[in-house]
Amino acid sequence: MSPGWLFLLVLLIAAAGYVLGRSRALSATGGSLRTMHSLPGAYGWNVAMAVLIPSLLILAVWTLVAPAVLGRLVTPMMAGQEGNLSLLMSDVRRVADGLLLLGEDPASITTEGLRDRLAEAGVALGQDVSNATLAAAARYDVLGAWSHWLLTILVLSVALGAAALAVRRTTPTLRARNEVERGIRGLLIAAALVAIATTVGIVLALIFNTIKFFQIYPASEFFFGTTWTPSFGGGSELGILPLVWGTLYISTIALFVAVPLGLLSAVYLSEYASSRVRAWAKPMLEVLAGIPSIVYGLFALLTVGPALMLVFGDGGLGWMQGGTAVITAGLVMGIMLIPFVSSLSDDIINAVPQAMRDGSLGLGATRSETIRQVVLPAALPGIMGAVLLAASRAIGETMIVVLGAGAAARLSLNPFEAMTTITAKIVSQLTGDQDFSSPEALVAFALAMSLFVVTLCLNIVALWIVRRYREQYE
Amino acid sequence: MTDLPLNGAAGAIPDFPRPARSILETDARTRARNRAEARFRAYGLAALLVGLFFLVLLLGSILWNGMGAFMQTRMTLEVELLESELDPEGTRDPAVLAETSTFGYGDLIEAALVRTVAATGVQTGLEAGDLDDLLSSGTAARIRDAVIADPSLVGQTVTFDVLPSSRVDGYIKGRVTRESLANDKNLSPEHLDIVDALVAQGTLDRGFNLSFITGADASEKRPEEAGIGVAMIGSFYMMLVVLGLSLPIGVAASIYLEEFAPKNRFTDLIEVNIANLAAVPSIVYGILGLAVFIQFAGLPQSAPLVGGLVLTLLTLPTIIIATRASLRAVPPSIRDAALGVGASKMQAVFHHVLPLAVPGIMTGTIIGMAHALGETAPLLLIGMVGFVASNYPGGVLDGFTSPNSAMPAQIYEWAKRADPAFYERAWGGIIVLLVFLLVMNLMAVLVRRRFERRW
Repeated sequence: MSPGWLFLLVLLIAAAGYVLGRSRALSATGGSLRTMHSLPGAYGWNVAMAVLIPSLLILAVWTLVAPAVLGRLVTPMMAGQEGNLSLLMSDVRRVADGLLLLGEDPASITTEGLRDRLAEAGVALGQDVSNATLAAAARYDVLGAWSHWLLTILVLSVALGAAALAVRRTTPTLRARNEVERGIRGLLIAAALVAIATTVGIVLALIFNTIKFFQIYPASEFFFGTTWTPSFGGGSELGILPLVWGTLYISTIALFVAVPLGLLSAVYLSEYASSRVRAWAKPMLEVLAGIPSIVYGLFALLTVGPALMLVFGDGGLGWMQGGTAVITAGLVMGIMLIPFVSSLSDDIINAVPQAMRDGSLGLGATRSETIRQVVLPAALPGIMGAVLLAASRAIGETMIVVLGAGAAARLSLNPFEAMTTITAKIVSQLTGDQDFSSPEALVAFALAMSLFVVTLCLNIVALWIVRRYREQYE
Repeated sequence: MTDLPLNGAAGAIPDFPRPARSILETDARTRARNRAEARFRAYGLAALLVGLFFLVLLLGSILWNGMGAFMQTRMTLEVELLESELDPEGTRDPAVLAETSTFGYGDLIEAALVRTVAATGVQTGLEAGDLDDLLSSGTAARIRDAVIADPSLVGQTVTFDVLPSSRVDGYIKGRVTRESLANDKNLSPEHLDIVDALVAQGTLDRGFNLSFITGADASEKRPEEAGIGVAMIGSFYMMLVVLGLSLPIGVAASIYLEEFAPKNRFTDLIEVNIANLAAVPSIVYGILGLAVFIQFAGLPQSAPLVGGLVLTLLTLPTIIIATRASLRAVPPSIRDAALGVGASKMQAVFHHVLPLAVPGIMTGTIIGMAHALGETAPLLLIGMVGFVASNYPGGVLDGFTSPNSAMPAQIYEWAKRADPAFYERAWGGIIVLLVFLLVMNLMAVLVRRRFERRW
């Protein structure tokens, strides 16, 4: 039975459990609510939840873990084969899926012409099916069928058993509402734990693959290497420094655009603008924040790049070789960050107590003097936090640099040259069908790890500053 | 009282430097300060205007470049479907007809083109074999599909609406000029003489490009056939997953944190976690999806289901932050009143607090989903790249697992291709994407205006 049907069946059992539990409680008291501890529905829900929680949990965990376990079990069969093990295993999985689609007895199938027949069934393979692959695939299917049966039996017996137990426990004195509420509370906690699980998942995914990478590529060359020349044929040099340089250079330009513009517009909006101007200008500026980064990427590639070429390219000053360059990506990223900086600074400037402004104005300072000498110094820590958050955004931004910055990894000071960033290289190393055990693919995880650690530190410091600052005036 | 003696001798008054002018007259220093004031104010205004100028520039260049994608040049072509070429035995069996490959249709189309061009009376130095360059390279496949679908067409002369090649389309729209064709091996300026004549004759005309909105992606050689429809379906399925998972999980987590969680280390840990997750670069979520959902759990690559899961994790912090804010906005008196008449804590929350927080939750969810809809980078890592979106999913449930792309990934794919005709499609795709985002944001604003209560 497929997990989908199993899920529906569990729901059905739960619904039946609800009806049974409710009617059992009612019939035990002869329909009188006054002698029952809880409302009749609570008895029903008590049974339904007893069914749903364990059986759905088993179902979810099993579906998530089973393929990995099956793969482990079949892998030894392919161990002696030539070629890369993880690629072979992905072939085995595909053939196994294909055999199921063909619906023939795996024992009678031969490798002859199998690839074409699989292709007709909609499973495209990169190479002919070897005997070992076919055997492993057949074994995979057999084990898969076993796993399905086990799962079906386990889930159904747990569901039915839980239903029977819960119905038997249903008596009018059962504190059903409290039990249901305890269950709901558990679910709420589980939902809150998803946030933790996500972080743990990110960290584990990064750590395991990064360790794998450092086992086949020396860490010192990764962190201190100054050339980035990946080639899937082998002999790549994977030094992170050119990427770090590109990332920092582009982010710095972006901040040079975004911070002054964002800060000044925030100051204007919060201190000078009439409420009417503020009412339409602020949302307009925030539209910029709602536009997806792919749009900015295209804007960099097709509008800003060519426009800069007109001025700095061969026709103009002759400094620029192509439209994709550090300056293009930095400028567009800066535009994207303007509303981010301005709305954060706006909040922070508004949090400065009015009494401080009044005091300064009362002493005869002009508005701009008040802003520059009283409001901004008071808001400075908060603004620093905002800038750090913007920097973390800039470092992690992907689509703009993928499209606007070029692909060449180089260490250069010229902002009119193409450079590349950590994020852009993560994308280029991991898109397409790749062999996940080669250093060229695994390096992406090490890059992502570095990115994650840097942005995490920036975020923690920034959030700490912002929060501390907020408390200062509360 | 002052410290100065009131009736002292005149000589006892210290000799202050007295201003020579009236205080109503501004001195140089005040003028400088006022100028600085005006300057500062002007800087602020200028910064704001620069920001708004960029917005206008961005939207302007999207509209200017993208509107073309919604128009498409079409050509009517009378093709003689010769029985001798397509079905020599006269069986009219679709299986027999399918044996003729698209090459078999090439000659028929060429003959039809020669006739059409001859009818215009234009003399060019082009060979008959060069005329196909006028048409999309997918033309033969289209006609073949039509014939296999309706074998009775064989032996007749049928009028087809065919797509001219992207260069011709670009010429009609003004993107391609005779000068730009000078070094182009796909089309020569002489073709354009024919195009001019065909336009004058009415064989070539422009119409609304519905197939851009409903169609599938096409290969690099056929920008005129590429559409965003399949990617739109991929995005739709992802949004279903995101809505179905992130709304319940996000609301449940917020209720726990806001209403039930005790103040302790553990709760603090969750809170710091959520704040940090909101700022983790989106590409890291792509890595998570690749490593956990695809490598470890073995879920299929390029599936909207996996994309939806990744985007769910990505939007959860947004939804949790919005939901908590709207729960916090419900005044404590509501809870106290419910508890006072004997409701349990759980009943107070679910029967009274949560319904009042619904508008805020909806607004937060819609904005979170709008954010997810435009997200590209994580999708590229889990294989939802543009060229995958070449087929519609087989069934309703199949849509979750069959390989597909998403609108932003499709736009990225087009932006990467070398042919400028794809750039037009990319801008057009952005218009479609932004229309969706606009509608979602308007919905959020309307919900907020209509239902939000201020306490």
